[in-house]
Amino acid sequence: YIYVALFWMLLLLGFCCGMVFGDQNRSDPHDQRVFPVLSINYDYVQMPFEVSLWILLASLMKLGFHLLPVLSGVVPESCLLIVVGLLVGGLIRVMGKNPPVLDSQLFFLCLLPPIILDAGYFLPIRPFTENAGTILTFAVLGTLWNVFFMGAVLYGACRLEAGRLASVDLLSCLLFGSIVSAVDPVAVLAVFEEIHINELLHILVFGESLLNDAVTVVLYHLFEEFAHAGEVTVGDVFLGVVCFFVVALGGVLVGGVYGVLAAFTSRFTSHTRVIEPLFVFLYSYMAYLSAEVFHLSGIMALIACGVVMRPYVEANISHKSYTTIKYFLKMWSSVSETLIFIFLGVSTVAGPHAWNWTFVSITIVLCLLSRVLGVVGLTYIINKYRMVKLSGKDQFIVAYGGLRGAIAFSLAFLLSSDDFPMKDMFLTAIITVIFFTVFVQGMTIRPLVDLLAVKKRKQSKCSINEEIHTQFLEHLLAGIEGVCGHYGHHHWRHKLNRFNKRYIKRCLIGGERSQEPQLISFYNKMELKQALMLLESNSSANLSAGVTARSRKTLNISKEREEEIRKILRGNLQKTRQRLCSYSRHTLKPDAEDDDWSETRLRKQRVEMERRMSHFLTVPALPESPPARRARVESGEPLRSDQGSSLTAVFEL
Amino acid sequence: MGSFQSLPDDHQYRTLSQKTGFSLEQIAILHNRFKQLSQNEETLRRDDLKTIQDLESNPIRSQIIEAFFDSRNFQKDGVGSVEEIGFEEFLTVMSYFRAPPQHITEEQREEMRRAKLRFLFNMHDTDNDGTITLEEYRHVVEELLSRSGALGRETAKGIADAAMLEVASISVGPMAPDEFYEGITFEHFLKILNGVEIETRMNIRFLNMDATVLCK
Repeated sequence: YIYVALFWMLLLLGFCCGMVFGDQNRSDPHDQRVFPVLSINYDYVQMPFEVSLWILLASLMKLGFHLLPVLSGVVPESCLLIVVGLLVGGLIRVMGKNPPVLDSQLFFLCLLPPIILDAGYFLPIRPFTENAGTILTFAVLGTLWNVFFMGAVLYGACRLEAGRLASVDLLSCLLFGSIVSAVDPVAVLAVFEEIHINELLHILVFGESLLNDAVTVVLYHLFEEFAHAGEVTVGDVFLGVVCFFVVALGGVLVGGVYGVLAAFTSRFTSHTRVIEPLFVFLYSYMAYLSAEVFHLSGIMALIACGVVMRPYVEANISHKSYTTIKYFLKMWSSVSETLIFIFLGVSTVAGPHAWNWTFVSITIVLCLLSRVLGVVGLTYIINKYRMVKLSGKDQFIVAYGGLRGAIAFSLAFLLSSDDFPMKDMFLTAIITVIFFTVFVQGMTIRPLVDLLAVKKRKQSKCSINEEIHTQFLEHLLAGIEGVCGHYGHHHWRHKLNRFNKRYIKRCLIGGERSQEPQLISFYNKMELKQALMLLESNSSANLSAGVTARSRKTLNISKEREEEIRKILRGNLQKTRQRLCSYSRHTLKPDAEDDDWSETRLRKQRVEMERRMSHFLTVPALPESPPARRARVESGEPLRSDQGSSLTAVFEL
Repeated sequence: MGSFQSLPDDHQYRTLSQKTGFSLEQIAILHNRFKQLSQNEETLRRDDLKTIQDLESNPIRSQIIEAFFDSRNFQKDGVGSVEEIGFEEFLTVMSYFRAPPQHITEEQREEMRRAKLRFLFNMHDTDNDGTITLEEYRHVVEELLSRSGALGRETAKGIADAAMLEVASISVGPMAPDEFYEGITFEHFLKILNGVEIETRMNIRFLNMDATVLCK
């Protein structure tokens, strides 16, 4: 490990040198006659060179962390990255240059969209819609409460304090409140992904962090306008409320439109498979940018686009494109996140700071206090309408998981210094809050989760039986709701699915795939290959041992076969629910390799599979005597020919 | 449909409330629905349930309707199915879909879970022999896949076979070559559905219904 640490230090040093020297002009004046065999022209490549260098640094850091399991087990990655950023910033400053600050435009236009798209595309829809009411309540009402509570109390504190804080007026406080109150999706993702908390809590906090963007955007622009204009009327406040609805719904609408366009485009890409992923990315990015043009909520547009287009696009595109999209999204969002945290560290060293003990400490205390009060109060109301109530433990995690991050910093950075003379103080306070939440809350949440014995994410050992019975249960619930005459949750979902199947899928999914259950064809092929590959590697020993060694063999249906069956099931049952087991940044489910296999091996395994299945499952219509059955088994024929043929049919799909 | 205080069978409601755990308000609402379905008669028949339009697109429609008339679900040791049911039986079947109250002990929760799983088990075990055989399981999977006609019975068989194999491997473990797996007993059923939180998922919201508005 000492080598790794040494390597890091050298890397950091070299990087900083590169940054520093890069700023200097290195082109020599060409007044000699000698032909320059070797000359340096750094200006030509400066911009891309620096960008690549930063990204390379970020990726190498990531690599380094995972080589040291001790560290990554205790400290969340985001903390380490911020520390690295601090180091880099410090080194650059030591070398006499000014470290770069996180440029807000860069952040909002380049670094944030990949993360949000990744989150939106792989958003688990089922938990999200089931808890939509709760999530919206937390996002909207919770954020509003936080903003006004913080703004008001801060204003009161500034009034009381006098001195340097006397110039902070109510509007500035409210604006500060609106910037600092919003839970940040990047930070939440970074921390929560490592603690593997149960699905419900994950989706609550994460969903809230995504949806509160609309509130934040509206309030930010609102207060900024008011501060600029100088006076507030009742009409303005009313317009603010209207603005909120416009921003939120407009964002969703823009995202939805682009999503439908993307789905429609993907219908015709069967001859140009190579650029299929590009459409997904471009349409989503366009949705984000279009929403930003009108000051609508870009995040909501991006989420809506991803959610809308996913089921249709996945039915249309090839398997390889699907893999490409998945990997590219994970890669980009991973790099973005790393860069964001590193830049946060660097900006801390760089930015002009105005430290004020009172202001900063009150801010931190208020953040925690308002969050806790907000969550507890809202949960009390929400629990009246929920079937699965949120317990005290859940509330604690939701409150504690309200992390602030780079969005708050960037928004503060965008403030103009003329309207807000206290901008530096705000920035310092925000950075302190971010550090506090990411370091203190981020580091302690894992031991707290273990201490409170909060339910962890179920290890996705989803068996076929569970799948069958869960689907059965859903139909059952929809049916019982029909008997009750109650138009509930299940009823509407049922209706939506029927509408989806009948009309929308016809338009957006190309060719004959709109008729058949969509996942079946490529999943069949993929899982089949996988199953047989694994069978071959598993049972090559068994095959050679022959039949006699089968006396006490464990009944071992291969996991991949199980996966195959599960996917077939999921693809066909009336509600095709795409349940992704892991939305972790660091792991992806392994996909099947596209290798060839020989025909003979295929046949051998088919026979073997059939034999095992048909041996252990008999339809006891004709009870046989044990010796007769054993004899039949040892001869190697399938026990019942019709069972054998049915399994052959499955394999031949 | 006035408030429930003016209804004559208030005492009856109270005994029902104690038996099934519904509140008086919920019972009144369900009673209205019952009367609507049975066209104001005292008993409900299968045909009455078949008229519900919402059920028509449901793939397991027949099994749901059967569940209402299966006497195992409303009598302690009931056997077989009946032709018509009264309001009390209707309510008893509905009580399987009540949400667990917020503060109950572990045993009560476990009991509720077992009761709900028993209901599900009875739905699959149509011949009432205490086990779900391969045929019955195949039937279940076929019904579920019935809406996607492209697949047909062959795949359903394959899937049901694989599922049974899985149950066997979980519950029974390694088997000798001359053993064969008869069927899923209730204990095995409990085991394989261990990971699914039935008591929180198998619930319907009963309070927000207004049966007068919905005429289907």
